[in-house]
Amino acid sequence: MTKVTGVTEVKIPVSGIGIRHKATESIALIGNPNAGKSTLFNRLTGLRQTTANFPGVTVEKHLGTVQLEHSAISLVDLPGIYSLDGISADERIAVDVILGRMEDTHRPSGLLVVIDATHIYQGLYLLEQLLELQLPTMVALTMMDAATANGISIDIEALQAALGGIPVYPVSSISGHGFDELKQGLEHITSIEVPVIPASWPELSKTAQQLALQLGEDWQRIDVIQALLQTHPDLAGKLGEQLGPDTVTNLRSKLFGDAPPAAAEARQRYAWVKNVIAEVQEHTPLYLKMSARLVRWTNRPWPATLLFFAVLMLVFQAVFTWATPLMDVIDGASSSLGHWIVTQMGQNAFSSFLADGVIAGVGSVIIFLPQILILFLFIIILEDTGYLARTSFLMDRVMRSVGLSGQSVIPMLSSFACAVPAIMATRVIPGRKDRIATILAAPFMTCSARLPIYALLIAAFVPNDSVGWMNLQGLVLFGLYLLGILGGLGTALLLKSTALKGPKPRFMLALPEFRTPNLQTVAIKLYDRGRIFLKRAGTVIFTVAIGVWVLAYYPRMDVEQYQSSLTENQATQSQGINAPSAENAQSAAQMSQSWLGRIGRKIEPVFKPLGWDWRVSSAVVAGFPAREVVVAVMGTIYAVGSDADEQSLAEKLRAATWPDGRPIFTLPMVLGLLVFYAWCLQCAATLAIIRRETNSWRWPIFAWTYMTTIGYVGAFVIYQAGSMFL
Amino acid sequence: MTLADMAPGDTATLEKIDTSDPGVIRLMILGMVEDITVRLENVAIGGDPLEVGFFGSSVSLRKEQARHFKVKRIPASD
Repeated sequence: MTKVTGVTEVKIPVSGIGIRHKATESIALIGNPNAGKSTLFNRLTGLRQTTANFPGVTVEKHLGTVQLEHSAISLVDLPGIYSLDGISADERIAVDVILGRMEDTHRPSGLLVVIDATHIYQGLYLLEQLLELQLPTMVALTMMDAATANGISIDIEALQAALGGIPVYPVSSISGHGFDELKQGLEHITSIEVPVIPASWPELSKTAQQLALQLGEDWQRIDVIQALLQTHPDLAGKLGEQLGPDTVTNLRSKLFGDAPPAAAEARQRYAWVKNVIAEVQEHTPLYLKMSARLVRWTNRPWPATLLFFAVLMLVFQAVFTWATPLMDVIDGASSSLGHWIVTQMGQNAFSSFLADGVIAGVGSVIIFLPQILILFLFIIILEDTGYLARTSFLMDRVMRSVGLSGQSVIPMLSSFACAVPAIMATRVIPGRKDRIATILAAPFMTCSARLPIYALLIAAFVPNDSVGWMNLQGLVLFGLYLLGILGGLGTALLLKSTALKGPKPRFMLALPEFRTPNLQTVAIKLYDRGRIFLKRAGTVIFTVAIGVWVLAYYPRMDVEQYQSSLTENQATQSQGINAPSAENAQSAAQMSQSWLGRIGRKIEPVFKPLGWDWRVSSAVVAGFPAREVVVAVMGTIYAVGSDADEQSLAEKLRAATWPDGRPIFTLPMVLGLLVFYAWCLQCAATLAIIRRETNSWRWPIFAWTYMTTIGYVGAFVIYQAGSMFL
Repeated sequence: MTLADMAPGDTATLEKIDTSDPGVIRLMILGMVEDITVRLENVAIGGDPLEVGFFGSSVSLRKEQARHFKVKRIPASD
């Protein structure tokens, strides 16, 4: 989900496929949100897909190839939309792609429209709008099993007839029913003829068709429709120029009466859809069964709130307890590998580079892969079951108290994974001020990159005890998540009552049903997340770890300096202060006169009021571009600065002392450091996305300054107050 | 009577919609137009927002917009 730029490819050979055809036609996959589009896409393309971004916008473009018996087609998955009105950014992009207005993206030669069999009401509305494009169109009717379970039966032939003969293929992504027929149909998609005048609003279609012919080559029917409906302001202006404003006004009042065009369109087309449903469907429940039962429970005020917190608690418990065995394996493997390298190659610059720079640095981040995958597994499941969307209904009240609406809940909850896609998800929020307030609140939520630091410090300094049925470490982690939520909500409240004061936000949202998540979809998403994390570890973190190793290893100390450091050490020992061993003292002395040590001591005064020594300070400073780097830097610093490489990083942190022997990582200092990480904005990708989504430098600069300041102040207050009382 | 005055479980027909609020138009695009039957499925803590079911879909909206939908209650059959 951090794919901001560039193209990432997933190419895994799939067995059982004979001849590979080269894709000739490009087909767009389009449908309502939650209509089962991505499941269908995955099922059709397997793993032969690539993900990129549409040029100039941060909307993901999924491309895949579908192998058919005699040919292959390339499939473009578009964002889920309800209409072509272009109200949201996603809708505008989908429309631009289909109409060939999008740079670098070919105009598709056909449309595969996905309609959820349990929601044909909204599905047919979008389909009727799409038919105005006059492109070869076919329909995949998904969720047939859910429809059957709810007693919905659809007369496919009658439906095809009502749609003017365009083919409709019922499919079930769970059982795979209907996919052979759908693929056979796709083979001939470009020869499908769509009705010239779609049935839902013949007056509009005819008027637009005539005008398009009259206006010449520049105009297609859909352009005229968008101009008349005023859903495309530029086209509306152009039409006014070409026909004269009076003619356009007359046309509008003839077509729409005195209602707003969009309202007239909804009335007109939905009236037709309603009649079609009466013809093709015997029984239409007002509400789906399985959903109804679950919703009753999950929406009752108190059970729902309890359930919400229980779910969050479960996630944090799982992140700690389930991941431990796997993390121990990775930890053991990386430290014995480092140790083995040093014993095989001896103590020299190159072995130190491999063991202390590469393995200790990158390894200390990779160790968190199991935790991050568990976190993502939960988030993906919550997303795919529809629970995440439901929470926006539940939380609308809470959000209203800070001046936002339930629509801000989904971005804020998906920030638990990563703030970058979360900030993109704010595009569904209609008001600009509400959107910016949500964008600035989202980075406070505990993202997966904060997890390594939290986990490291908690594992090192919070005892692994039980409090009732809860694990104390899990409880502290939960507290840190709460701290993030408080920071986010507080920020929203502050902004909404000052700089971003505005009208009360509206709240309207189509709520998806509860669904059993599709295993393949979950697996693909999880694989994607793991890949992104490892890629970052292999590139950004790897580079920083090497850079830090160089700074920490050079320049080497000469013998004289070493002698003097020893004498100094003996002096402190004779004073009876608990001083480090002679060997460690040598490493520490080397470390402290390295470039990193010199730079570190320059910045130490800034962070000394927080109880941080120069090593913690330089790790934190190095972490400003990407916060998980901090763990890698600490891994390298403490590996170069000690001889005992079998020790875990947590043990090294516990043993770290000030020159006079006092421990650095005291309880107030650790708590302060955790608070700093809960609130500080250490993520260049987030700043870049804020810049892109708000279209100004003002907001990213504000966010960075504001979050860094309150992180620093929070850590300062806790350290100073804690040191006074403890 | 408007959508905002319904009790959970009530069924009604949408009679007349006041389109002066842009939020209402958004709801119409989601399918809340005249002459359809809706049921008030749920009401959140504090009586707002509401969740309305129709044609197997559910849409959540605030009372403020719900007031723009005039409804005719359908009495329960039993």
